[in-house]
Amino acid sequence: MTQQTLNGILIDEQTELSLNDLCKACSSSAEWIIELVEEGALEPIGYIQTQWRFSGNSLQRARTAMRLQRDLGINLSGIALALDLLDKIETLESRLSQFEMSDNN
Amino acid sequence: MDFKDYYKIMGVEKDASQDEIKRAYRKLARKYHPDVSKEADAEIHFKEVGEAYEALKDPEKRAAYDQLGANWKAGQDFNPPPDWDAGFEFNGAGYTGGDASDYSDFFESLFGRGFGSAQAQHQRGGYTAHGEDHHAKILIELEDAYHGATRGITLQSPELDNNGHVITKQRSLNVKIPKGVKQGQRIRLTGQGSAGIGNAPAGDLYLEIEFKSHSIYRVDGHDVYLDLPVTPWEAALGATIKVPTPNGPVDLKVAEGTITGRKLRLKARGIPGKPAGDLYVVTQITLPRADSDAAKELYRKMEQELTYNPRSKLGV
Repeated sequence: MTQQTLNGILIDEQTELSLNDLCKACSSSAEWIIELVEEGALEPIGYIQTQWRFSGNSLQRARTAMRLQRDLGINLSGIALALDLLDKIETLESRLSQFEMSDNN
Repeated sequence: MDFKDYYKIMGVEKDASQDEIKRAYRKLARKYHPDVSKEADAEIHFKEVGEAYEALKDPEKRAAYDQLGANWKAGQDFNPPPDWDAGFEFNGAGYTGGDASDYSDFFESLFGRGFGSAQAQHQRGGYTAHGEDHHAKILIELEDAYHGATRGITLQSPELDNNGHVITKQRSLNVKIPKGVKQGQRIRLTGQGSAGIGNAPAGDLYLEIEFKSHSIYRVDGHDVYLDLPVTPWEAALGATIKVPTPNGPVDLKVAEGTITGRKLRLKARGIPGKPAGDLYVVTQITLPRADSDAAKELYRKMEQELTYNPRSKLGV
């Protein structure tokens, strides 16, 4: 079977997603995304909701938020806290592994 | 098919109360949640726990399972006896767990399958004619991020057949991996998600980039790290050393008096992009073994001729 090769769009920090893109990718309502923004868990650029632009990594954050809510029953402020703590852990772990790398030997 | 001991999975006694089961579930779900846990098989544990809870949280399902499970041990080959569920009503009952497709054959043989679909539509929140977006992971080599690549992937997704049963559909795609991708980024393939309803457009497919662990490099964002073993004489005297990079070997100058753990930055030799990442070479001084008379002689000569006390600062 011959297959065509698909060219995707890379979602990176420069990619801008609209509120609608984000809702669709998370199968969520706009209200839910707006609540995440109000909790400070997502930080779009733009003053008016219809003009909000989200950076590419918002997609990852929103989907993690969705799973935490669905699987663990965490409320939105809890989710915002968990996301911040997860970020912090990731930063610390990457620093730690740099130290460990220079240490072992 | 193996029998699954849901009580053992949840770590509770067979006579545990519904509250105890709920508490055990909450605790294990937090522990193994794939977004929280970095353990290698967290996802497998998480699904197992979710399945066990799905069976035990509902008193009807639990009673049926108990009646069946008294004489079974985990891992035993199992087939449900005919009419085992007579008198219990749970097919089509509430279903709040993850994807129906995630449950084991054992679970499905007991409680049936196909009742996840109603939930899936409900979850979408607000009716929309757009097809649903799908998400999957794609494992690539670090080198793919340097050069770009085309990778084939096989996706399995649950779909409804004409009779409303959930079937697992397989499809293969070739996807272009653009140069400069980073761990955790996503590639959006427009129109490769679920088909739309009516004439509405199909959903999109998002592929999350994950690097396979590499034998010599470690990746952090767009920077790449390499441990470089260095001989004592290279470190002491300085040297020009051939160093591998994902773009091919380069000559690296190691300064006189280099110590272990020094980070040498090769600018813009990390993952390409704007800006490109850097490649950090971390020096590791390694000692040749004194496994021959000649080698022993050299070490003794150093001992005699170098007045070196690495412990002078320790006061000994």
